[in-house]
Amino acid sequence: MPLRNFNRPFFRGIAVVTEKNIRLYYTKPPVIIFGFLFPLFMFLAFYLGKEIDFYVFFPGLLAMFLFFIASSVGPLITPWEKQAGTYERLLSFPVSITTIILGDCAAGMIFGIMINVVVLAVGLITLNYCLNIMILCLGMLLGAFCFSSLGVSLASPSVQNPSYVMMFSSIIRFPLIFISGIFIPLEDLHGLGRMLCYFSPITYMVDIFNFSLRGQSNIALIVDFAALFVFSLTFVYLANRTHKRNLMRGL
Amino acid sequence: MKNESIKVIEVRELTKRFGDVTAVNHISFAVTKREIFGFLGPNGAGKTTTIRMLTGLITPDSGDVLIDGVDIMKNPIKAKMKIGVIPEMGNIYVDLTAKQNIILAGKFYGIARGELGNKADAILAKFGLLERADDPVKTFSKGMKQQVNIASAIVHSPELLFLDEPTAGLDVQSQRMIKTIIREMNQRGTTIFLTTHNIEEANVLCDRVGIINNGEIAAIDTPEGLKRTFEETQSVEISFDKPVDLSEIEESRLVIRKEKLGDKWRLYTDNPDKLVKYLAQFAQDHNLIFTTMEICGASLEDAFVKLTEDKY
Repeated sequence: MPLRNFNRPFFRGIAVVTEKNIRLYYTKPPVIIFGFLFPLFMFLAFYLGKEIDFYVFFPGLLAMFLFFIASSVGPLITPWEKQAGTYERLLSFPVSITTIILGDCAAGMIFGIMINVVVLAVGLITLNYCLNIMILCLGMLLGAFCFSSLGVSLASPSVQNPSYVMMFSSIIRFPLIFISGIFIPLEDLHGLGRMLCYFSPITYMVDIFNFSLRGQSNIALIVDFAALFVFSLTFVYLANRTHKRNLMRGL
Repeated sequence: MKNESIKVIEVRELTKRFGDVTAVNHISFAVTKREIFGFLGPNGAGKTTTIRMLTGLITPDSGDVLIDGVDIMKNPIKAKMKIGVIPEMGNIYVDLTAKQNIILAGKFYGIARGELGNKADAILAKFGLLERADDPVKTFSKGMKQQVNIASAIVHSPELLFLDEPTAGLDVQSQRMIKTIIREMNQRGTTIFLTTHNIEEANVLCDRVGIINNGEIAAIDTPEGLKRTFEETQSVEISFDKPVDLSEIEESRLVIRKEKLGDKWRLYTDNPDKLVKYLAQFAQDHNLIFTTMEICGASLEDAFVKLTEDKY
């Protein structure tokens, strides 16, 4: 995209699309179920009845919540809009596809951060962490955007039916959780498992949260941030490409 | 035609293919300022593809579209700022209120927040919807939804308005209201580009009509101009106060063919004057009273059917 396109209407478009998404989609049942209840039940299923050091487990839990919540809105917005017939109207406004995608990403990112801050507050009250607030905030911001852009990129391949999109996004999202070092710590992973975990953006998020809450990390911080940044760019690029390719499907 | 020199839409050699199918094939036309231009065509003729290219939704394979001199492919945002688009029914956010829909649309065009509320109220008042301004659109009738749809598209006072089948599926009252809105907007200076299946709508609303068939422009003219082109056969529409056997009239050889239209007959002739005189004598001889007697020229529908008849 040429630099001259990053002008006032571009940012105004992102802000309006974000506002629309927040107003319309945050309270939709699939977003609540897949974004909030799913990670909660997953955590309970894993945690209850087992002897787990919650102090060690919490950064992973925080990353899992951020991942599920931030990536829950994105896959659904475009299918919902296409189904309701509002997508054509949206495209007729003075906005580009990139603007719409970034607006969708921003909506997911804000949703992820909002809920994650509540989860974090509970953790900070109940657990005695030595907080590195700057790294935590920067990491949460970048991680939320990365997960949200993954969600938006998942909307594209089957854009006409929201339930198909949820199925498809679950196929992608769940393996990313299991290879991320949330349930099995990174230091306990060896061979293929260890190699695979580097392909999950959640791994880097868990590492940033571990560093900013417990002061411990397995990967250099600069690598964590760089990886999340590269993942974000890749997901936005993929979303842009596939949205453009599937633009007319379902209109 | 109005303001002939100022072209608000200029289409040059526009082409779009989907795989092996050429949906739009090298079409060229222009729409002038303050004109109501009707775009007609049978299903699958290329109407929607054309309007989507004109509004920047899809990119043509070749050709140019200039909106008030701005190339919509090269500068889509600038071109889109000049237009309002009303796609087919159901294109507003039904979970939002009427006012929220208009305000949302206004924000995309950069209208200041303070100004937007008043502007939305003014538009809703004009459409008679001010009392329902804060009701969710999902509680509205189809006609009211379409009014909100139009209201959202004109919040930024566009120079050019695209309407895709604006009265499709609406009741008669709503259709009339939408047509009145379109006329009023045109009188205030907005150029209108309208696609419709409703030939009569195009006939009464449009200054000019373009007919597309198989992706190509079959004709562009005023509705009357198109009718004149196909006026070699006229017809006389009649009905009497009681049922009647028309075989005697047919034998007169004045009637080329006859067609039953409800309780009326349409008699096609190349000499309507002679036929009318004959019918008057026929009624007198058989002690009949005319309940309808009308000489009809070729209709826009006749012209449309002839221009697109390979499709039917």
